[in-house]
Amino acid sequence: MRTTTIHAWMTTIAESVKDQRDYLTQLDAAIGDGDHGVNMDRGFDAVAKALAAQDGAVPPGKLLTLAGKTLVSTVGGASGPLWGTAFRRAGRALGDADEFDGQDLLAALRAALEGVVDLGAAQPGDKTMVDALGPAIDSLAGSLDAGEPLDRALAAATAAAEEGARATVPLQARKGRASYLGERSIGHQDPGATSAALIMAALQRAVERES
Amino acid sequence: MATVATPMKKLLNDPAEVVRESLAGLAAAHADLVRYDTEEQILVRVAPADKVGLVSGGGSGHEPMHGGFVGIGMLDAACPGEVFTSPVPEQMLAATKAVNAGKGVVHIVKNYTGDVMNFKLAAEDALDEGIDVESVLIDDDVAVQDSLYTAGRRGVGATVLAEKIAGAAAERGDDLAAVAGLARRVNEKARSYGVALSSCIPPAAGAPIFDLPDGEMEVGIGIHGEPGRERRPLGSAAEIAELMIEAVVSDLAPADGAAVLPFVNGMGGTPQLELYLLYGEIERRLRERGLRPERRLVGSYITSLEMAGASLTLLELDDELTTLWDAPVHTPALHWGA
Repeated sequence: MRTTTIHAWMTTIAESVKDQRDYLTQLDAAIGDGDHGVNMDRGFDAVAKALAAQDGAVPPGKLLTLAGKTLVSTVGGASGPLWGTAFRRAGRALGDADEFDGQDLLAALRAALEGVVDLGAAQPGDKTMVDALGPAIDSLAGSLDAGEPLDRALAAATAAAEEGARATVPLQARKGRASYLGERSIGHQDPGATSAALIMAALQRAVERES
Repeated sequence: MATVATPMKKLLNDPAEVVRESLAGLAAAHADLVRYDTEEQILVRVAPADKVGLVSGGGSGHEPMHGGFVGIGMLDAACPGEVFTSPVPEQMLAATKAVNAGKGVVHIVKNYTGDVMNFKLAAEDALDEGIDVESVLIDDDVAVQDSLYTAGRRGVGATVLAEKIAGAAAERGDDLAAVAGLARRVNEKARSYGVALSSCIPPAAGAPIFDLPDGEMEVGIGIHGEPGRERRPLGSAAEIAELMIEAVVSDLAPADGAAVLPFVNGMGGTPQLELYLLYGEIERRLRERGLRPERRLVGSYITSLEMAGASLTLLELDDELTTLWDAPVHTPALHWGA
C-alpha cells in the first residue's frame, strides 16, 4: 500500500460520510445534539480537498497527518480533536516510508486508538468510537497473526467494527454529551462508533480497489 | 428519537452561513465595542488594554453568550463555533494571541467534551508560543449526576457570572493567577438547573432536536437541545421555581443567611414577562429559606436557540465577588456603571 491507498481511503470516507450524513445526524439527535453528520461531512470534505491539492510524492504518513490537522481545524466539537488526533497519530506511526504493509497499518491503527483514548479517556463499553475501533483492531491483529490475506483481514475488521457499533445500542453512555442522559441513552446506537465503522469500511474498500 | 416535521421558519439566507452572517451583524451593531476578524473567525474587543486577557468560546446558538460579552470589563475575545459545536483550536489560539498583552490569558471553558478538548489543544499551542494560559473549567449544572460515569457537570449559567467577575478583576489589574482564581471561585460558589418547555431547531438540521408533547416539560436540560434527565407534566411557575431552588440549594449548601445572586436565565423562547414572574417566585422562596438575594440578573443570556424554558443559577456572594459584580461593564449584552 502506498500514497494512493491513503488518497482512496480519505475520498471513500468523504463519500460515505456525505452519503450517511442524515443517518449520522439522526443517531446524534437521539442522544446528542444532532450535528454529527453535518460536522463529519464538513471535515472530510475539507480533507478530500486538502489531499487533492497534494502531489503524489507526499508519503502516506504525511498525508494522514495532513488529514488529521485538517479535521482538527474544520470539524470542531469532540469529533474534530478525536478523529484529528487519531489520523495524526496514525500518520506519525507510518513515518516517512513510501510504502506500508498490513503490520504497519495495524500499528498505525493502534496508535490512532491510543491517541483517542489519551485525549478522551474513554474505556471499552463507554458507548463511544472506541467500541467500534477496538474490536476492529483486535480482529485485524488476529487475522494477520493467523496469516490471513490483508483484504480478508480488513473485511473481518470492518465486520467487527460494525458489530461493535451495533453493540453500543444497549449500553449506557459514560462519555460525551450522551452521558448526560443517563439511562435514557440506552437503546440508541452511538453516532461516533457508527462513523468509526464507516471509516473502517472505507479503508477496506480503498485497499480492495488498490489490489 | 422521532423528530416532528415542523416547517422551519427562521430569518436565514443560507443555513450554512448563519454563524458568520450573525457575527458580522453583531459587529456592525456594536462597532464601538467589538471587531469581527473574519479571517480568524473571532470577535475581539476594540479597545486593547494592558491587562490579563480573557477569552471564552463555544458553540453558537447560545447568544448573546459569548460574543455579546466582549467589551470593557468582561471578555477580550470570543471564539464562536458552528451552532452547538465547539470552535477549533486555531480560533482559540488566534484569540489568545490577539488579546495577550504579555500578562497572560485566561481561558473560560465550559465543561463539554468538545470544548475541553479543543481548548486543551489551543492552550498547548499557546504555551509553545510563549503565552501563559490559565484554563478555568465551568461545571455548574447540578442536573448531571454520577459525574464518575458521565462527562461531568455541564457549564451553563455560571459562565456568564464568571466572565463578568473575572473580567472586572482583569480590568482592575489583577494578575493571571488572581483572575483565574476568581473565575474558579465563582464556579465553586454557583449551581444551576434548567427546565425546557419546548425543543429547538438547529438551522442546519431544520427540525426540532426532540419532541416535547403539550403538557410536558423536560427537566434537567442543558443548553444544546439535548434531552434532559427526565420528562414530567408541565408544572406551574411556582412549582418550577421550587424544583429549581431545591436542586441548586441542596447541592450548593450555602451558609445560613448567605448573600446570594439569583440569575434567572431564559433559554431563548420564553418572554421576559414570564422570566420576571419566575424571578418573583424564586426571590420570595429564597428569602423564606433564609437566604439574602443582594444582586440579581434576569434575562436571556445563555440560550439554546428558540427553546422555551429557563434556568436558575444561584451564586453565593462574598464582599469581593459583589464588588466585582458591581464594577462597570460595557458589552453588547451586559452594560452598567460609569
